[in-house]
Order: sequence, then structure tokens, then C-alpha cells
Amino acid sequence: MNDLHHVSLAEMARQLRERRLGAVEVATHFQQRAAQHLAGPNAHGDNTGAFLAVDAEVTQAQAQAAQARLDAGQGGPLEGVPIAHKDIFVTRDFPTTAGSRMLEGYRSPFDATVVNRLAQAGMVALGKLNCDEFAMGSANENSAYGVSRNPWDLQRVPGGSSGGSAAAVAAGLTPAATGTDTGGSIRQPASFCGITGIKPTYGRASRYGMIAYASSLDQAGPMARSAEDCALLLSAMCGPDPDRDSTSLDVPAEDFRLRLNDSLQGLRIGLPAQFWGDGLADDVRAAIDQALAELKQLGAVVVPVQLPRTELSIPVYYILAPAEASSNLSRFDGVKFGHRAADPVDLLDLYRRTRSEGFGEEVQRRIMIGTYVLSHGYYDAYYLQAQKIRRMIASDFQQAFTQCDVIAGPVAPTVAWALGEKSADPLASYLADIYTLPASLAGLPGMSVPCGLGAGGMPVGMQLIGNYLQESRLLNVAHQLQRQTDWHQQRPALASKEVA
Amino acid sequence: MSTRLVQGYEVVIGFETHAQLSTQSKIFSRAPTAFGAEPNTQACAVDLALPGTLPVMNRGAVERAIRFGLAVGAHVAERSVFARKNYFYPDLPKGYQISQYEIPVVQGGTVQFYLGDELKTVRLVRAHLEEDAGKSLHEDFVGMSGIDLNRAGTPLLEIVTEPDIRSSDEAVAYAKELHKIVTWIGICDGNMQEGSFRCDANVSVRKPGQPLGTRREIKNLNSFKFMQQAIDYEVRWQIEQIEDGHAIEQATVLFDPDTGETRAMRTKEDAADYRYFPDPDLPPLMIDREWVEDVRAHMSELPRVMAARLVTQYGLPDYDATTLTQSQAMAAYFEAVVQACQQPKLASNWIMGEVSRRLNSGELSLEQLPVSASQLGALITRIGDNTLSNNAGKQVFDALWTGEALASQSPQAQVDALIEAKGLKQMNDSSALEAIVDEVLAANADNVAQVKAGKDKAFNALVGQVMKASKGKANPQQVNAVLKARLG
Amino acid sequence: MSLQPDDIRRIASLARLSLSSYQSERMLGQLNGFFDLVEQMRAVDTQGIEPLAHPVAAMQDIALRLREDLASEPNNREANQRSAPAVEQGLFLVPRVIE
Repeated sequence: MNDLHHVSLAEMARQLRERRLGAVEVATHFQQRAAQHLAGPNAHGDNTGAFLAVDAEVTQAQAQAAQARLDAGQGGPLEGVPIAHKDIFVTRDFPTTAGSRMLEGYRSPFDATVVNRLAQAGMVALGKLNCDEFAMGSANENSAYGVSRNPWDLQRVPGGSSGGSAAAVAAGLTPAATGTDTGGSIRQPASFCGITGIKPTYGRASRYGMIAYASSLDQAGPMARSAEDCALLLSAMCGPDPDRDSTSLDVPAEDFRLRLNDSLQGLRIGLPAQFWGDGLADDVRAAIDQALAELKQLGAVVVPVQLPRTELSIPVYYILAPAEASSNLSRFDGVKFGHRAADPVDLLDLYRRTRSEGFGEEVQRRIMIGTYVLSHGYYDAYYLQAQKIRRMIASDFQQAFTQCDVIAGPVAPTVAWALGEKSADPLASYLADIYTLPASLAGLPGMSVPCGLGAGGMPVGMQLIGNYLQESRLLNVAHQLQRQTDWHQQRPALASKEVA
Repeated sequence: MSTRLVQGYEVVIGFETHAQLSTQSKIFSRAPTAFGAEPNTQACAVDLALPGTLPVMNRGAVERAIRFGLAVGAHVAERSVFARKNYFYPDLPKGYQISQYEIPVVQGGTVQFYLGDELKTVRLVRAHLEEDAGKSLHEDFVGMSGIDLNRAGTPLLEIVTEPDIRSSDEAVAYAKELHKIVTWIGICDGNMQEGSFRCDANVSVRKPGQPLGTRREIKNLNSFKFMQQAIDYEVRWQIEQIEDGHAIEQATVLFDPDTGETRAMRTKEDAADYRYFPDPDLPPLMIDREWVEDVRAHMSELPRVMAARLVTQYGLPDYDATTLTQSQAMAAYFEAVVQACQQPKLASNWIMGEVSRRLNSGELSLEQLPVSASQLGALITRIGDNTLSNNAGKQVFDALWTGEALASQSPQAQVDALIEAKGLKQMNDSSALEAIVDEVLAANADNVAQVKAGKDKAFNALVGQVMKASKGKANPQQVNAVLKARLG
Repeated sequence: MSLQPDDIRRIASLARLSLSSYQSERMLGQLNGFFDLVEQMRAVDTQGIEPLAHPVAAMQDIALRLREDLASEPNNREANQRSAPAVEQGLFLVPRVIE
């Protein structure tokens, strides 16, 4: 069964379809592994803390239903293939916490659109994955339920905010996971854990049922072991949702696998000068250079480009995202759902204590920043100014894309850092987002592709950024790279361990 | 134009009115908007702000906003933006209200109405779309309030005036005219008891020529009577404060109908800092000119326009035209009656008089009127051709009201039959009348002498005698004419 | 531009957060550090640039999608209130709201 850790999703789906594999046995295999990786204060040994919730009954029931459909020859494209969902997506069958005490035990009466679409494709849900609280963080150290740990080195962070998703895929606990990316939260953990992940163009995947952090930046995306797998998942996840999400793009659903095998001959890869500054660690630089060399071998050419406002993307993002978050999180007030302070003496007490008890420190910090930059007298200087520079950043990309087809660079300045290393200094982790933030602000699709190991034997990911709606091209480049190399197939030792 | 001063102070009033739009579903969700449902049975996930929910805009709300803009001669914005107004309150599930701030859907416009003889114009600043909040119920719970979010998400049009209003009379007249407009064009049911039409009045006072005083806002005025009382009290209160040497502090106040007083609400901390920003969940609302023209083409004649037409077309006084256009139903009734009898002034008198009186006392709506337009038209025809006096006409009207007419007959036949049956035919035969007049004059020699001495009262008494002698059938005008001729 | 303890109080109040004096002090230090980071952004000349509220707007003309006015959500009160902290007779309970 551990072979399943190496089989592509398409192959797994085929084996299920051809009844060479049974949906129940597949689900049981992963579910047993997942159950050993539940986050919590007592997590020890090999426990990566990747999962927040599992439910054997639910998973078994879904697997049986999948098998029935397979038996009747009525399976969907991913029928019987397991999936786990970042705990930012609401689900009826599992509790949803968003990694926060504020939603401890919360049961949504509806499923997120993305969850629905994958279920309709036939996927079997294993449970909910750990993440930074309300998707705010870059190390999964901001979860109220315990950290998630990097399967390559359990003393290191898996990245964030989709840390649990990345750890779960890397450790072979699930063949695929959903993540969300607001400032890099799919790309960075994918890079830290040596897996493949893609954030599509803003608006491609419905945000309905995705607990909102920063509405104009949040996007759902797949995290899996290869570009091919991501393409399959992305196709199932994306598509217009006009009835539920007003920011959903009116662009037809696409099969993102169609161009996987296009030739890279003549492909122009732009390398932004600003991505190769002093902050970039040597080991990361070396790994990416290796990947670029491979791409050149496949016929691509590299061209220098400029993204002059790269550094500005940090303050711009950390003004805009907290601003939107401060408003999105106002609904958590102890009245309709979620945590409520005990015995409130009056309304004010209810609000203050509920929110101070329910929200962790980083969330409170971002709410404070957001409230401040929107407040009277500061709106123009901060919020509006940030939105204007955002447009300039988007224009910078358009300018760059006149000279290249895709942009490549690092995902993060270093490999995964040690647990606790940056938790005392929130600003330090903000600064480490420098390479992923620009594409988020512009709403462009961005991908992380494993490109070897760096310091301490930790994975390095290369970032690919495409122009609007160019996911197919990114997946194409990644796929061709993955046909030539085996970086994406490297696994931590943990992944091969049998269930105890 | 005169400005009425109160104790030497000029009163300055601006209005903000929230009109609930008459859509089937909420502005951002598909939950129903019907009034009176069990608590929280019409509050779906979006209305409850459950995690992961998002707003989707209701076309019907936009269309109603366009109609309003056209009705008041405003500019309907091609591009308007939804913004979040952030504050915490239990009836506000998201902790922010989706509203419009910098760029509203309707800009400018005017509302005109008569105050006595004077035509007043109140300029509108804007009207914008936003969502209503839920309700707090206090009765059944000790120390707690119960929150019902059925109303949360109901579409509102907030209509804001310039501070053009100068008295409580004018304020009420404005509010009534606005109420008429929104109900006439069918965007709001105007039910003030149910909260469909809520007014806030911003009131300040100043000595003429001085800059604007500090205003206080009287919230949630949902009856015209209370509106008047509240504003009058507030004005007197403010003047008293100023005269006593106290400055007016900006405040939000509520009117207490039991005491007749306004009092400041508990200050909501940081009430003014709503941290408005464009809602990232909603792209800009685009309204192309084609849509606006399409709405315009489908709108019926507006009350002011129709009133003007009634004046020119039927020669009616302004007062009549304004009164008859108080609702589409009344205006339509009027025109149908005129079509039947060709007597616009008589029709107007009857509708503003007898018909309105009976509708009011019976608390009936025009739709419930038992006398059809053709019936009233037929009745007025007989008054117009002198078959019937106006007074006698009331008896026929009574009979029609109580359903004495035979259903099988045409309206004219019904009226004629009733006139016949009750012997109400007016005496128009002059020789018969002259005979009666002579009899009366002979029997009332003293009165005759008094009339000749110039006493009008005596003349009227003679008229009364003649009418009595004719058993009410004499034509009063004829009686007058004949008496005058006889008495010289 | 540097925040003062009063600013922390005011913002915490707006955000309905309750910070202990220790937390407030920490928050003050962290926010001031953060706003130092942000200063460079304020100096950028953005004359004539329109804010980008919706990233899609940089890609294509966007307009708010309008749905037909139909009430199609059924009464789902029980499921919707399943996670409610305090409910009685279908109403969400809160400490008495005084106007």
C-alpha cells in the first residue's frame, strides 16, 4: 500500500476504476496514517500534527459510496481518491476551526464550493488539516491546536499557513490536499515540504465556504506530489460560481492538463533582478539555478526582467490583508456561532472577552493593524496608498510579461527554519514573504515546484509566476521539469514508515 | 418665500429616510423578505454571516433604485461602489453593514410638494442601496435581549436630503410626499408600522444669517404625527438650551411618544469611526444607459406630472390635482369617473369629499370602495344635467354604497332606477316652482319685509322654506333665481 | 509616525479586543516596529494612480453580477443555529441591549 505514495492521482483513479484497487482499502490505508498525525499538545514522536480532525466513520461511508459508484461504472474522474481539506474550508461532515479557538467545535450547515466540487469528482475526505489561525502565518505555529511539523525534520516548521496540508502530502498521509494562498500560503509550505502546489489566478476557484482572511487576495488551490496531480485537481476545483461568489471569474472551467506536454522550446523565462538580492540564501540560490539549467536544456531561454516594487509588496500586503481581515473577522462576536465568553455582564463584555479569548496573538495583532489603517485620518495615507501601489505592482508584472512568458524565482529566501525561531518576532516572518507577495497582490497564478535539497537536507521550491489565466503554462513548465528530474519524487523518511 | 422663525430662531432640518424595497428576496441573499415570520426562519447562512458566506446582489433592488432616481429627476450613476460600514451591534451579523459611501447609485434629485399655497422644493443629496439590520426583542427575557435576524439583509434605499427644510410642517409634508413617491412607483409598500419607511431628522437651529448650528439626529420616526411632535419638541429644547447659555452637543436622540420628549441615546462609543472601505466581495455596480431608459419606458406617469396634467387637461385647481394624485389608485379612479360623466370638477369634489370621508371613517382602501367609477360617474351625470341636486345625490350614493342597485343593470340604469324609486328627481319645471315661491312669499310676509330691508339671513330662510315646500326637489339655483326675481 | 498607548486603547476599543497592560505594551512595540516598515511605502509618489480594489480589474473590466429576485432559500433555522452559543425560542440571546 505504501506504493500508493508514489502513484499519480490519475493512475490511482485508473486503478480504482479498473477495480485493481478498492476505495475502502485505499481510504483505510490513508486514514490510519492520518489518525497518527493529529495536532495537539501531546503530539510526540513522528506525529507531524498535520491533521486537526479525522472521522473514520465518515471516511468509510464516503469510501463505500465511492465503491458503489465505481461498481456501477458511474465514477467521477477522481472517484475513490482520498483528499484532505485545509481547515479553512467549511465542511458539513467534519468540524471546522480555521485553526482557532474561536471556532472550536463549529459545524457548518453547508460545504465550501471547492469541497463540493471535489466530492462530486468522487474524492473521499480524510479529514481537516492544520493551519495557521485564520490563515494568518507562515509557519503553522499560529494554530490554537498545536503546531504542525515538517516531515523532513520534525524540529522545523512546515511553512504556513497551509502547513498541515503540505506536511500531510509530504508524509504520505494523503495523496493530495487543498490549501489556500493569500500571501504565499500554498507556495511557501509546498516549497518547505518538497511538494508541488499552485495558487490559481484570483477568481478562478470559488471562495464560497472558504473562511475569509483577506477577500481580495484569498485563493484556493491544490497541493500534491506533482504538477500532473495538481493539474487534475485544479481542473476539478476551478470554475465559475456566479450564484455564490461575486468575485468568481466568469471564465469557463478548464482542463489544465491539456498543455502539460507542450514543448518548452523558445519559452522565455523572466528572472526578476529583485528576487536575487542579498536576502536570498546561497543554498536556495544554488537549487534554483540547477532547475533553471534543466529548463534551459529543455529549450527555454532566460531573460532578465525588473519588478522594481518587490520590496514594497511587504508593507502593501501587510496593510491591505490585515485591513480586510479586521473587517472579515468582526462577525466573530459570540452571538450567532463559535466561542462565547462565559457569563458576560453586558454586551461590551461579551464582545471583548469573547474575541480576546477566541483569537490568538497574531490574529489580534493583524486585527489591530487593520483597524488602525482603516480608521479615521489614516485611511488615505495607508489603505488607499497601499491600493495604489498595488496597481503599480500589477502594472510592473504586465511590463515584465512583455519580455517573457513566465517568471521564475525563489519561493522563500531560505529553507524551512526551526520551530520557535521566528515566532518571537512576527516582523521577521513578514519579511520572508517577499517573493510570494507580489503575485498575490496582482492576482496572478503562482506555483511552487520542488527543485532539490538545500541546507540541512531541506527541500527548496522554485516559484513560477504566470500572467492571468496562464495556469496551464505554469503546469506545463513544471511538468516538463518533473519529467526530466526526480526532485518532486524525493520523500522524507517518515513517508515510508508503516503505520505503527 | 417666508421662513417661519421660532422664538427668533431659524429651524434647519435635513432628512434621512430608509425605505425598505419591495423585493421578494434579500439584497445579498436568496432568503425571503416577507414580514412577520417566526424568528430566524428567514435568515439563511449569508444573512447570519456564517463563516465562508459571501454576498450576491439582487437585480430587483437595483431596478427599484433606478426607478426612484428617475422619479426624483436624479442622476443614476453608471458606476457605483459598495462599501463596508464597520461597527459592532448584535443585530448586525457581519459586524459591518454593506452600504454605499463615496459613490452612491443615485445622485441629486428633488422632491416638490405644496405647503399650503406655497410650492416647496427639497433637494436630495443622494440615495443609496444598503442592507437592513435585524431586530432586538426585549420583552420575554430577563436581562437579555433576543436577536431576530429575519430582517437582516432586507434591501434599503437610504434617501438623504440637503438641510433645506425649515419647519416641522414642511418636514411632515416632505415625508408624506416622499412616502407617496415611493409607494406610487411601487418600490416600497410604505407600511410605517411594519418599519418599511423610517425617517431620521437632523435638526438644528440658528439665528438668521448665522452659520449652521450643531445638529442632533432624531432617529426612527415612523409616524407623521410623532414626526411633527418630535421635531417641535427638539426645536424648543435646543432653543431653551441655547438661551440658557449651553452649547448643543451633537447627539443621536430618540422620541418617546409617551412623554412627547426627545432624549439622547446612550453614546455609542466611537460611533463616528465606521472605517468605510470598498467591499472587496462586490465589484462595482455598473448600470448602462439602456437599462435606465428601459426602466423609464416602463414607469407610469409620476404624481407631480400627473397633477400638472390634471390641471391643464381638466382645469382643476392645484389643490384638487395634488389631492387626487395621492395614490395611483385614486388618480385612476378619478379619471375613470371623469370618463363616465365628463364633469371633472364635480368628480373631484365627490372624490375628495364624500368618497374620501367614507373611506377614512371605514378605514377602507380605495380598492375596497363599493361604488365603482362608472356608478359614481353615472350619478354625477345626473347631477350635472340637473336631474338631481347634490344633496339628493348623497342619498343615491348611500344606496349604491350599501348595494341596493340591481347587478344586472348598467350603472346609468342603476342610478336612474334609484332616483326613480326614491322620488329624488329635482323639480326643474319653472312654473311649478314659481307657484311654490308665491305661496311661500305669501305665507312669510315678515321675512319678505326683512329681505327688502337688506337682511340676508331672511333671504336664506325663504330659500329654506321653498326647498321644504318642494320636498327638497327644487333646484336650489333656480330657487335663488326666482326669489330674487320676485323680490326685486 | 509613532503610536502612543492611547492609540492602542482606541484601536483595541474599536476592534472590541481587550488587552492587558502587558499585552498593550507588547502590541505597541510590535505595531511601532511594523509601521516603521511601512514608512517607505508612504513616501511613494502615487499621483494619478487609481487604487486597485479588485485584482481582476487589472485583468478585465469587471462589473457586479446581478441575480434574479427570487426567494429560494428554505427555512434552515435548526441547522443554522446548531453552533449558536445561546438560543431561546429561535432567538439569539445576548446581554440586554440598551439604547
